[in-house]
Amino acid sequence: MFEIVEREEMAQGTIISNWIRAPKIAQKAKPGQFVILRANEKGERIPLTMADTDPERGLINVIFMVVGKSTALFKTLKVGDSYQDVIGPLGQPTHLEKVGKVVCVGGGTGIAVLHPITRGLKQIGNHVISIIGARSKDLLILEDKMRAVSHELYVCTDDGSYGHHGFVTDMLKKVLEENKDLGLAVCIGPVPMMKFCSLMTKDYGVKTLVSLNPIMVDGTGMCGCCRVQVGGQMKFACVDGPEFDGHQVDFDELTLRLRSYLPQEKLSYDLFKAQLGGACSCGS
Amino acid sequence: MAEEEKEKAPKKEKIPRQKMPEQPPEVRRKNFEEVPYGYTPELAMKEAERCIQCKDPRCRQGCPVEIDIPAFIKFIKEGDFEGAIRKLWEKNSLPAVCGRVCPQEIQCEGLCVLGKKDEPVAIGNLERFAADYQRLHGRDILPPKAEPTGKKVAVVGSGPAGLTVAGDLILKGHEVTIFEALHAPGGVLVYGIPEFRLPKEIVFHECNYLKRLGVKFELSQVIGRSETVDELLERFDAVFLGVGAGLPVFLKIPGEHYIGVYSANEYLTRSNLMKAYDFPNYDTPIVRGKRVATFGGGNVAMDAARTALRLGAEHSYIIYRRSRAEMPARAAEIHHAEEEGVEFLLLTNPVRFLGNEEGFLTGVECLRMELGEPDASGRRRPVPIPGSEFTIEIDTAVIAIGSGANPLLTRSTPGLALNKWGYIIADPKTGKTMKPRVWAGGDIVTGAATVILAMGAGRLASNSIHDFLTMGW
Repeated sequence: MFEIVEREEMAQGTIISNWIRAPKIAQKAKPGQFVILRANEKGERIPLTMADTDPERGLINVIFMVVGKSTALFKTLKVGDSYQDVIGPLGQPTHLEKVGKVVCVGGGTGIAVLHPITRGLKQIGNHVISIIGARSKDLLILEDKMRAVSHELYVCTDDGSYGHHGFVTDMLKKVLEENKDLGLAVCIGPVPMMKFCSLMTKDYGVKTLVSLNPIMVDGTGMCGCCRVQVGGQMKFACVDGPEFDGHQVDFDELTLRLRSYLPQEKLSYDLFKAQLGGACSCGS
Repeated sequence: MAEEEKEKAPKKEKIPRQKMPEQPPEVRRKNFEEVPYGYTPELAMKEAERCIQCKDPRCRQGCPVEIDIPAFIKFIKEGDFEGAIRKLWEKNSLPAVCGRVCPQEIQCEGLCVLGKKDEPVAIGNLERFAADYQRLHGRDILPPKAEPTGKKVAVVGSGPAGLTVAGDLILKGHEVTIFEALHAPGGVLVYGIPEFRLPKEIVFHECNYLKRLGVKFELSQVIGRSETVDELLERFDAVFLGVGAGLPVFLKIPGEHYIGVYSANEYLTRSNLMKAYDFPNYDTPIVRGKRVATFGGGNVAMDAARTALRLGAEHSYIIYRRSRAEMPARAAEIHHAEEEGVEFLLLTNPVRFLGNEEGFLTGVECLRMELGEPDASGRRRPVPIPGSEFTIEIDTAVIAIGSGANPLLTRSTPGLALNKWGYIIADPKTGKTMKPRVWAGGDIVTGAATVILAMGAGRLASNSIHDFLTMGW
């Protein structure tokens, strides 16, 4: 069992941070790697890229948005409760190298995944420009942590409630224009954001890493559920990724495959909400 | 009159092979419960009586783990079911599994002398009976264990090879720890073989038997990531790698990304390990296709096609590019699939998948084939008939054309020699790899094969590991 030792609700309770006791994983994990979590015997195996680790205390940090039954179930777990299984570290670590100047772009919970990578890039001597965004100020996470690991930080909100009014891609364009010496872009967030960031950096010839989140089952390369097209080749995000060259990824295919179980996911979530509410789901 | 006849003819030849009662096809195709019910004690004793107790039993030569078959059958005949299970345990830690999934027709039963004129003794059914009787009615007994040797063995993978190695070495007095990547032990027995062919409760019971003997299970440990083989070698005297093949093979035709196209590994893992057939009671979903095509002709293909029926398919097709004679599945599996209404489209090869704008699978375009000259495998090579394209409407496709070698462990283990397909090179007599103190067996050495062959490889490796631990070579 994997105990939750710290828990925080962010973005008005839509995003949850858990620090989980998993000493073996905390020892091994590197930025960019993920774990698979299962709340209980009947639960799904949910992959989440680690937001941080604390090897000395034997803890790992995951930050997730509540989007369906499984993440809603994770949200119900309190400090002292446990996940039945936490498996990892899985996937390839980020290849951190000194390239000079880098831009790190994060959207939504992607910021949580971006943070340790940004920190790593700064630690090895890169000049780091970061851009983070959310729909509105209330939904923005980890601004302070990102500021601490960046030389420059720009914040964007879709509704203009905080920072620059607009998408992260707008700010990315400005940064690309003003910094012709960028050696790397790391873009992590919702699929459309990663797609449009990658299209933009391609125009400027800046190498771009994205971290993909396809549906997975085992996470060890056995089932092929997480297959993605990268440069016209079939890759498994769980073992070949989760990070890939953003200029090579077929984001449209990824978007389609992420919708594989929409009806089932809705059914499952509705049943769970009804169960949590202790009432029927007829809407009364 | 009847009395006289009995005296003339030897009694044994007169008993026909006892059929195992089973769920009728029209009922079972709708549920996930096990198909055969198993022998009653009366049926088992009657079947056991058919064995003529050969002095030089050929059946035993056909058993990869060398069970003393006539001896355990004799115990059943005498009604000593505990004696039968003790005899089985001497050579086999997983009798309830083997009794269900071994291809007996090409092993023990294929060599039974009775089979020359009549039907062979139902050795598999009897093995299953002895194990089931012990599980359901037996006393709480365990086989004797040797004195502790103080040696420690790590077994990577809890499939049939790993469980066999663990069972053998724990009885010989060594400490054994099994590392399993998934959250439940059993490997392919749990994620691959469906409930209706091998109930998971039986696998857990067999694993529990090993636990009671002292085997430690470390679940959710992905060796290669959680810990490397070299790290295991610091803590253990020997390491056995039985991680299975575990890499899905796709058809490499256009459209494999459509929603509803599954590898057999994914389809079966969702349904079996994650119990998606019981969604939404269990949280993992699966596409419940109405028109399902499974590609391939092996046991895994039969399992997938039969699973599709139970998930509510109105049509469950097997699409196979050769003819029935070349199908690698066990005869019994093909028979069961046919009885349940699986439709076989033979000499048919898929060319591309078709889908709609939302990304859902809608059909598959196929070509008809004819058999040409034999190829390298000795089987007649299927050759496409030009212009024979046709389309089958389907909403789910399961690709069951074999597995490759999963590189996750091997890539992180320097010193292991691999062949050109990525499988581990190991001595076929001992399971020794090129890396000192590391043995390997099962599908990660041979490529995808059967449960019992993996167990046989486990047996050879455990003998070699025991020699190494006790004598140093």
